[in-house]
Amino acid sequence: MADVRDVVLEYVIDEYLEDEDQEISYDTPLISGGIVDSFSMVSLKVFLETNYKIQIPDAKATPEAFDSVNKIVALLKEFGVE
Amino acid sequence: MEEDQGMSNMGSYEEKIEQFSWEQAEQELGYQKDAMINIGYYCSDRICETGRAAKLALIWEGYSGEIKQYTFNDLRIHTNTIARFLQNLGIQAGDRICLFMDKIPELYFGFLGILKMGGIAQPLFSAFGGESLLTRLEDAQTIAIMTQKKHLGKVRKILPDIAFLKYVIVVDDDGSKPLQESEISFNLEKENPVENFETFPTTAETPSVLHYTSGTTGKPKGAQHVHYSLIAQYITSKFVLDLNNDDIYWCTADPGWVTGTSYGIIGPWANGITQCVLDAGFKAETWYKFIQDHKVTVWYSAPTAIRSLMKEGLEPIQKYNLTSLRHLCSVGEPLNAEAVIWSEAAYGLPFYDTFWQTETGSMMICNYPGMKIKPGSMGKPFPGITATVVDLKSHEPLQKPGVVGLIAIKPGWPSMFRNYWNNEATYKSKFIKGWYICGDRASIDEDGYFWFVGRDDDVINTGGHLVGPFEIESALLEHEAVAESAVVGKPDPVNMEVVKAFIALKPGFEASDMIKLQIMNFIRKRLSPLAMPQEIEFLDALPKTRSGKIMRRLLRAKEWGEEIGDTSTLEND
Repeated sequence: MADVRDVVLEYVIDEYLEDEDQEISYDTPLISGGIVDSFSMVSLKVFLETNYKIQIPDAKATPEAFDSVNKIVALLKEFGVE
Repeated sequence: MEEDQGMSNMGSYEEKIEQFSWEQAEQELGYQKDAMINIGYYCSDRICETGRAAKLALIWEGYSGEIKQYTFNDLRIHTNTIARFLQNLGIQAGDRICLFMDKIPELYFGFLGILKMGGIAQPLFSAFGGESLLTRLEDAQTIAIMTQKKHLGKVRKILPDIAFLKYVIVVDDDGSKPLQESEISFNLEKENPVENFETFPTTAETPSVLHYTSGTTGKPKGAQHVHYSLIAQYITSKFVLDLNNDDIYWCTADPGWVTGTSYGIIGPWANGITQCVLDAGFKAETWYKFIQDHKVTVWYSAPTAIRSLMKEGLEPIQKYNLTSLRHLCSVGEPLNAEAVIWSEAAYGLPFYDTFWQTETGSMMICNYPGMKIKPGSMGKPFPGITATVVDLKSHEPLQKPGVVGLIAIKPGWPSMFRNYWNNEATYKSKFIKGWYICGDRASIDEDGYFWFVGRDDDVINTGGHLVGPFEIESALLEHEAVAESAVVGKPDPVNMEVVKAFIALKPGFEASDMIKLQIMNFIRKRLSPLAMPQEIEFLDALPKTRSGKIMRRLLRAKEWGEEIGDTSTLEND
């Protein structure tokens, strides 16, 4: 099974990264770095919920929790996704 | 909240109402009727000529913490350099030049450079998708686009479909990847600085800026402004934002929208004010650190941001020193009373709400330092502005306090839009019985304060930006699974409204979370993240009139918990 970190990273690159030359890592700031804005964050949340069959409450889906792939992975762990 | 007339530029609102004339701004700017007036000149050269060349004009910070600083003399030279570069390409006065960039310094210099050479600046939000970009460039018959490498992919995709676009100017080309044939490299740091540039002799009614705004039906409309708008943008910045020589000012708006140009470029710089720009996404701690590090004194933001900060609570505030702040203002959508009261508790200062539109070009109805705030109210008309509410049907001014009508403004203020580009009929339709009808509903209380009620049409105000349902519905129909759709605004505690789409799928497609996600991403990339439905509800069929028209009104009423109203024309009711 694919590593969760890589699945999330690949999805972010495919869906949100506009600059083809930009390289992003697991720790690249996504929200404060302007790669994913607060509106687009909703679609990223839907992806995580759909892909991992979980429900992330709005209170947990904060810009802070979504600000890097590693932070998202930490959030997913809370829902038993590893 | 009691009035604090203190040392504000406005002083007593009541006295200002009696004394005010736009000529005050003309005199302060040294403008004489029928003489040259050029926003680019007034925001850079004139500040230098009045002894402020060495003063900081811009403190810019990128998301990684990189900081760049520019004086007004730098601003003058950089805008000269861009103006000359555009002229040398063969771009003429009156040509439309699109700015499609993040909030990088070149965006701010480019805007003024275009105006200096007599061009019409067409700023567009850099998060726009290809379809949104194409629609607006086609309508304006834009000749050139200034952009960054990161957005080139979107531009390249639509390039074959735009006949008029001759020049794609890449402002951050570092030579790492070859540009394509039609693309031109421009690097401000490598260009020969232009010390002297003869500003194009624009006059009061010369077109300056084209800002696109969405309506209920049809394509987005380009609100066309003129250089004389400067008069209103200058004086409202002085009286409403209360800007003074020593202020460090931060407008959080993106210049892809009108607040970002009227009050993120023109107003403050025409006043010779140092302003800060943060080119980073929203994060409470990043914002507070920015205020602390640059000692921001005047902060102009939006209710969505303020409510997002409220959600984060007081804890992050306590980590930073925000004592430099002295005046806070808000724009984009009505600021709820809770947010005004919270900001007083959190920052020791209330947010002063301001109301205006893309079409008005400058602030119309506001709260002022010299006037008592009624939390939740829009405030009172700016001196020099005649505003009222008119009856929904007769369009006659309402005399009785508390009665809801349409906000109407007497035409003739300096920054009023002069047309919708290529769409004079719609422009004319906005003026009824001698009033400009804003399209918003409000009432006026017995003390003359305006109270916002809502839009008078189906346009969705999400995060302070207007989104047209028709544009989204049209794009949805291009998705292979969508048979029909209706798009409405749904109440949202942070963004006021978010986009909700009701969708009936084509035979062979089944409702699922995966298809929902596909549709969301489809709209996000095609139009913009703002237009992406935050919620999608699949229906077997949409409610329609007997003549086959989708009853969007009915779906909207359901979302807002309102009375559904007359359904006598509903099919199969």
